[in-house]
Amino acid sequence: MGGLFPYLTRRNIVQLTGAQALIKSLEMEGVEVVFGLPGGAILPVYDPLIDSSVRHVLVRHEQGAGHMAEGYALATGRPGVAMVTSGPGATNIVTPIGNAHMDSTPLVVITGQVSSAAIGTDAFQECDITGITMGITKHNFLVKSAHEIPRAVAAAFHIATTGRPGPVLVDVPKDVTQSMMEWWYPSSIEELDLPGYHPVVELDEDRVAQAVELIRAAERPVLYVGGGTLKSHAAAQLRAFAERTGMPVVTTLMARGAFPDSHPQHLGMPGMHGMYAAVTAIQKCDLLISLGARFDDRVTGKIPAFAPHAKVIHVDIDKAEFNKVRRADVSIRSNVAAVLSAWDEHQARPQDLDVWWKEIDAWRETYPLVYDEPVEGAPLRPQFVIESIARAAAPGTIVASGVGQHQMWASQFWKFEEPGTWVNSGGAGTMGFGVPAAIGAKAGRPESVVWCIDGDGCFQMTAQELVTARAEGIPIKVAILNNAYLGMVRQWQEMFYDERYSEVYLSPDLPDYVKWAEAMGCVGLRATNIEEMHAAIATANSINDVPVVIDFRTDSSEKVFPMVAAGASNDDIMVHPLQREPQ
Amino acid sequence: MNTPEPFLGATSHSPVRHHILSVLVENKAGVLARVAGLFARRGFNIYSLAVAPAETKARFSRITIVVDAESAPLEQIVEQLDKLVNVVAISDIAPKDALERELLLATIKTDVDNRTSLLDVVGNYGAAIVDVDAGSVTLMLAGTPAACDELERELENYTTVELHRTGRVALPRLGKAAAAAVPD
Ligand SMILES: Cc1ncc(C[n+]2csc(CCOP(=O)(O)OP(=O)(O)O)c2C)c(N)n1
Ligand SMILES: [Mg+2]
Repeated sequence: MGGLFPYLTRRNIVQLTGAQALIKSLEMEGVEVVFGLPGGAILPVYDPLIDSSVRHVLVRHEQGAGHMAEGYALATGRPGVAMVTSGPGATNIVTPIGNAHMDSTPLVVITGQVSSAAIGTDAFQECDITGITMGITKHNFLVKSAHEIPRAVAAAFHIATTGRPGPVLVDVPKDVTQSMMEWWYPSSIEELDLPGYHPVVELDEDRVAQAVELIRAAERPVLYVGGGTLKSHAAAQLRAFAERTGMPVVTTLMARGAFPDSHPQHLGMPGMHGMYAAVTAIQKCDLLISLGARFDDRVTGKIPAFAPHAKVIHVDIDKAEFNKVRRADVSIRSNVAAVLSAWDEHQARPQDLDVWWKEIDAWRETYPLVYDEPVEGAPLRPQFVIESIARAAAPGTIVASGVGQHQMWASQFWKFEEPGTWVNSGGAGTMGFGVPAAIGAKAGRPESVVWCIDGDGCFQMTAQELVTARAEGIPIKVAILNNAYLGMVRQWQEMFYDERYSEVYLSPDLPDYVKWAEAMGCVGLRATNIEEMHAAIATANSINDVPVVIDFRTDSSEKVFPMVAAGASNDDIMVHPLQREPQ
Repeated sequence: MNTPEPFLGATSHSPVRHHILSVLVENKAGVLARVAGLFARRGFNIYSLAVAPAETKARFSRITIVVDAESAPLEQIVEQLDKLVNVVAISDIAPKDALERELLLATIKTDVDNRTSLLDVVGNYGAAIVDVDAGSVTLMLAGTPAACDELERELENYTTVELHRTGRVALPRLGKAAAAAVPD
């Protein structure tokens, strides 16, 4: 430790280069790791990095840096930091920035820029990255002078982590990092000079009380828990409130882990591939209490048919979410924890819920999660693979995933018990998120086991980051559910396009995932049957020094159920074929 | 949500349900692009836009936006705008409470036959002649958007070389809530 110029405080008569000031600013923010890759415009900043206490993880593609920073943030609750060069370095990280924007993940991305005098001349590796990312960042800065660097970095962290979190980009021209400044660091919010940014709000007691009235009248309430509950670290308050009131809880894809899956009041995930009981309880409820959720179309299905009998209490830190999709009867701008505590103080309690729970329990009993019996000699059932990994996993294991069928199965069949254990791309659905995000999570929480449940398609998008993982000593475990297909798209083509399969076949053995893993310095394993599956999982669990990749050969024809077709009403939920009435 | 009331004085340049947003922003590079980009990507329609430094403090600019409150709920437009870090204050002025003004400049071809009638038009509308040469005049009207519309229609009887309008600016009528004020 110690870091760069350890004797510096917040104001010293010391001349630093802008580059030194930038690294020192990251140290001032308590940054422990930066994911990045250097290049011309950011070169000056990579020099003082050598003497810094900040760890740098050298990625193999800048998209990897961005997703690693996201994985780090999701697993630790601290902002993720990435640093890349101008032009293609910057555009390569646009996807993770967009992803973080959709999922409200706190990220600070530093991009090099061509020298101020060259801006606007189509200079080598120039691109207008603040323009490109305007719509997918919470805010961005183009730093005009070395003196402004500390303010921009401090403001970036402040904006990224307060209110509704999100990605903030700081674009720093090369001449700015090369010129001199007298060291200072902002010591108050006022010094950040953000006259239009007011993330902190006072709880509106009247609205809290109005909500309490609705809660008291409710006979069929549902707590609709979204990612904002995790972002506001409200899991403990949620559990206390749920247990005191006896209400059923559903957790969205972004909120998995906010409430224990093992809890008897937990109905699981709502939405397109949600649990039957979770989806149906929302449809039949008379009060929907949204806690940091945003009525995403993957949850609501056809909006006019969503929760048609429900009054809505909408709690969110971002008031632009109110009435955007669904009109709220009471909206409360606040972080989730504060509202739950306030309701506890009011002793808010609904009506007797016995009848409601009887209905819910009947749905749970009739339509639990099911899949076809694993058969010896047949391709592996992907759901069974996930359950088997989960069963062999230590408590607190972190799970990252890609996007597709495997993601939905991971969310359904893994049992999440605590916050920060599910690292996932929700709003954007970014294939290739899994491997780098798992690496970022492991970098942030090295004591935890990190599994990536990946698809074969997703794996091929960002697998090269396993080189990073091996080189940097970040031993994650990757389970490829290799169904030889872009499975989720295949499922839609099977169900909605008359089984006309268009450009979804990938092949099970091109590439050879085991050889590829080995070439990247990882242990590569393959499992084609149940016995090999258990053996491979045990081997992976016994290896803790290098990354492990397992190629699980799974059944191509498996589909994710339950399912609500895109745009359909949640009343028209399709259950697993095993649960359908014989026609 | 406040449902905007229908604007009685709808003009050819404003929809029936328009609202005026007076938006105080930090006077920084790219802020107009942020505001315009937000409207574009969220599908909010802008009918007119006027930007200038606000009062005496060079730190801030005021953007007066006439929005189509039918393209999206006004509440959404305001709340999304408010999330822009460089937006300092927004006031939404209902058309009935607004003093709206706009400036029109037009260069019209003239000859001996129509010069007198054009001067009558200028007089009737309280417009002013700001430039003249042998074959044309440039006139100016600062007035309500409706007056500008009417004058524009009147000028269709003449040959217009060029006609520009500024987009409107607005202040609330006295006694109504103040427009987004510059912070101290
Ligand atoms: C970057 C990106 N491109 C395309 C898609 C569309 N898409 C969603 S799921 C999917 C298939 C994913 O295939 P795979 O990783 O093998 O997962 P599986 O569904 O087979 O489990 C595709 C192509 C996407 N979500 N992201
Ligand atoms: Mg696949």
